[in-house]
Amino acid sequence: MAAILSYGAYIPPGRLDRADIGTTLGQPAGRGTRSVASHDEDSTTLAVEAARVALRRRDVRPDRVVFSTATPTYLDRTNAAVIHAALDLDPATAAYDFGGAPRSSVGALTTALSGDGTALVVAADIRTGLPGSADEISGGDAAVAFLIGPGEGLAEVVSHAAVTAEFLDRWRVPGQTHSRQWEERFGQASYLPPAQQAIEQALKSAGVAREEIATVVVAGLHERARGAIAKSLGATASAVSEQVGNPGTAQPGLLLAEALDSAKAGDLILVVTLAEGADALLLRATPALESARSWPALAETVTQGTRSVPYPTFLTWRGMLNREPPRRPDPEPPSPPVSARHSAWKFAFVAGACTSCGTRHLPALQTCMSCGHPGDMEPVPLADTPGSVVTYTVDRLTYSLSPPVIAVVVDFDGGGRFQTELTDAGPDDVAIGDRVEMTFRRFFQASNGIANYFWKARPVTTEEVSG
Amino acid sequence: MASHGIRDRVAIIGMGCTEFGEHWDRGVDDMVANASYDALDSAGVAKDDIDAAWIGTLGSGASGLTLSRPLQLQYKPVTRVENYCATGSDSFRNACYAVASGAYDVVLAAGVEKLKDTGFSGLTVALPASDGTNTTLSAPALFSLLVPAYSKRYGVDPDQMKEVLTRIAWKNHHNGALNPRAQFRREVPKEAIACSPNIAGPLGVMDCSGVSDGSAAAVIVRAEDAHRYTDKPLYVKALALAAGPGTGPMNQDYDYTTFEEVTRSAQDAYQQAGVTDPAAEIAMAEVHDCFTPTELVLMEDLGFAERGMAWKEVLAGTFDLEGTLPVNPDGGLKAFGHPIGATGLRMLFECWLQLRREAGDRQIGSIDRGRKLGLTHNLGGSPGDCVSFVSIVGTELS
Repeated sequence: MAAILSYGAYIPPGRLDRADIGTTLGQPAGRGTRSVASHDEDSTTLAVEAARVALRRRDVRPDRVVFSTATPTYLDRTNAAVIHAALDLDPATAAYDFGGAPRSSVGALTTALSGDGTALVVAADIRTGLPGSADEISGGDAAVAFLIGPGEGLAEVVSHAAVTAEFLDRWRVPGQTHSRQWEERFGQASYLPPAQQAIEQALKSAGVAREEIATVVVAGLHERARGAIAKSLGATASAVSEQVGNPGTAQPGLLLAEALDSAKAGDLILVVTLAEGADALLLRATPALESARSWPALAETVTQGTRSVPYPTFLTWRGMLNREPPRRPDPEPPSPPVSARHSAWKFAFVAGACTSCGTRHLPALQTCMSCGHPGDMEPVPLADTPGSVVTYTVDRLTYSLSPPVIAVVVDFDGGGRFQTELTDAGPDDVAIGDRVEMTFRRFFQASNGIANYFWKARPVTTEEVSG
Repeated sequence: MASHGIRDRVAIIGMGCTEFGEHWDRGVDDMVANASYDALDSAGVAKDDIDAAWIGTLGSGASGLTLSRPLQLQYKPVTRVENYCATGSDSFRNACYAVASGAYDVVLAAGVEKLKDTGFSGLTVALPASDGTNTTLSAPALFSLLVPAYSKRYGVDPDQMKEVLTRIAWKNHHNGALNPRAQFRREVPKEAIACSPNIAGPLGVMDCSGVSDGSAAAVIVRAEDAHRYTDKPLYVKALALAAGPGTGPMNQDYDYTTFEEVTRSAQDAYQQAGVTDPAAEIAMAEVHDCFTPTELVLMEDLGFAERGMAWKEVLAGTFDLEGTLPVNPDGGLKAFGHPIGATGLRMLFECWLQLRREAGDRQIGSIDRGRKLGLTHNLGGSPGDCVSFVSIVGTELS
């Protein structure tokens, strides 16, 4: 059976203060914050960021990428193919979407754990609801990725039990920005029996008693049912959830990642997910987890480098507030044939180095700008190479969902210069010499629906301790 | 291999230029016809005597039909030219070469742009299909990168830099106020310029050129034929064009304090015209002041000031109408406006007026002090990724 070889999470730095919702709408909206994906992020770009963390922590390349989300950017085409391209994976690596409902991520995870080969299992969601709704208030945006395969893992499966029950507690018609819910007490009553059954089965087949389990986490969009079951199980409070809210499809994985961050060798972790029945996944942390762990815990990083997102900005970014557009033409959609020809550059940020003098070009040219040498250039992946700001400006004229745009000229470590947008930063957050790293973003979604993906710079996030 | 030029081989014998501005009542065809007929009338040439023509436009028309249709030219060779903001100048350049080659006797070079029909503020350009990775920064943002770079390299503090840029805009508005064809015909106080709404980096609205409609045109013949048409022809001394490799934005050696394309095209032009000390020989210059810092840097790239000294010359008034080397005496892009395809020819039109002493209230004094050459300059693109054009014209054969 396969084990978890590596994992990584991405929580966008944006935070919406729930009190801001309450003040704006004149209604109670609770306390604390939820995470907010920026105007240039979607479920696919969140997934890429989480997957980059997982792959950076362990140098194993997957033979398939599986992506789960309830908020896909595209239907009828595989969003995981974009993730595959952004990660610069081998063409022989398969890419599949597991979509539609939050439960798909648990299915993807357990399928990978019980299967052959090496899978990169990614889940991401951007949770929306009508203004003032419980979904908007309690939701969150995040992504999580697990690298699963044979070999010495960080955690392995002890048992898994799934119970499926057909009752309509929540639904969303494709294309809508919010889901609907039946009366809350119906869902709560409906979730309890399958949850109890799944947990019992998982513990029974593992021959384990509740007292032997170090960490229990409960996921699910039905907040009352989730809370009730968590209480009955004595589940561990999640520091990450306090900041993030409930990121739907990414929630089971995010809670598991948080548990793994602090687990000791031999610890048992039970992940219960409530969705159209219930799943109970029991895992055991291996000795490798403690010895491999060199990264800061999510619970710590989640509070660092956050940016406050005012409620009107949040509504604008999610398309809930139809604001006056700038008096500039809508951005032109990228052309699929041109994008396909340049996919290494566009999706994976692969630059070119002259084969004669080594000068880096972003992007590769037909002729070296330095020595004039003609011909194909050597591909140089620069997505994971940091750089420094040479100069910058603030552009208040160009089209953006979140003006002003901050433009930076970046010199990459080891050579190469690129003029790009600095994201996750305000005009006062940039100075010459600042350290930046690249991040995969959706620049805009054109009027014909095409998402324009490319890379931007962002201020360096916590750089992980190596080794 | 060398750039030999066509010094004194062709001459301008007539020019026309519309008012620049928001011409809600005039279309591309109307403006092209106005400028072209004015140029033909000024030369005393009938439109059917034109042997060939060039029409420059960035995006207000396609093909030679943009000119042949409004003028009803009958089966003449007409070419549409596009070279970013050097479009009008390149229309002129190609026309000159055709005459110099002996292929034609009388040609028309025109330029036109209609920017105010798009419904957008600022310039919009239709670009070919792309992969969506090209810069989406606005032109003012790209040019604003010059400001901190220049400040840092030459130790000019930001407040002083602001004063320099403000003075450039103030000077061009002062000149434009004296020009009945200019889009903006009012002086603007320095205080109003300095506190105009911010657009990009340190640049405010008043650091940007006008967005306008307009057209300009010139009639060109061989130099030896010029006096058959006019007593005061303008001889073409130099035509230089430099398209850079376009790699400034990815070149770690580029520091945003100069346009190599301008330096190269200026050197070529001076060599063609036999100019050895431009700061001392040029009577006037029309330069591409798309944004105030552009004009500042151009003063050095064109050799009008030493490196790092242009800001002092600006403050000293060297380039004022009454200065030793008036720059943009017609108001420049800043006050005259910038209908892309017309701009290069509009610059030549000011040389036509000034060197022939027909510029009225804004007539420059430098020609009374023995200076005889006019220079025009365009820059198309953005810092590190542009084309540059320089021409030199004069009223006397060398």
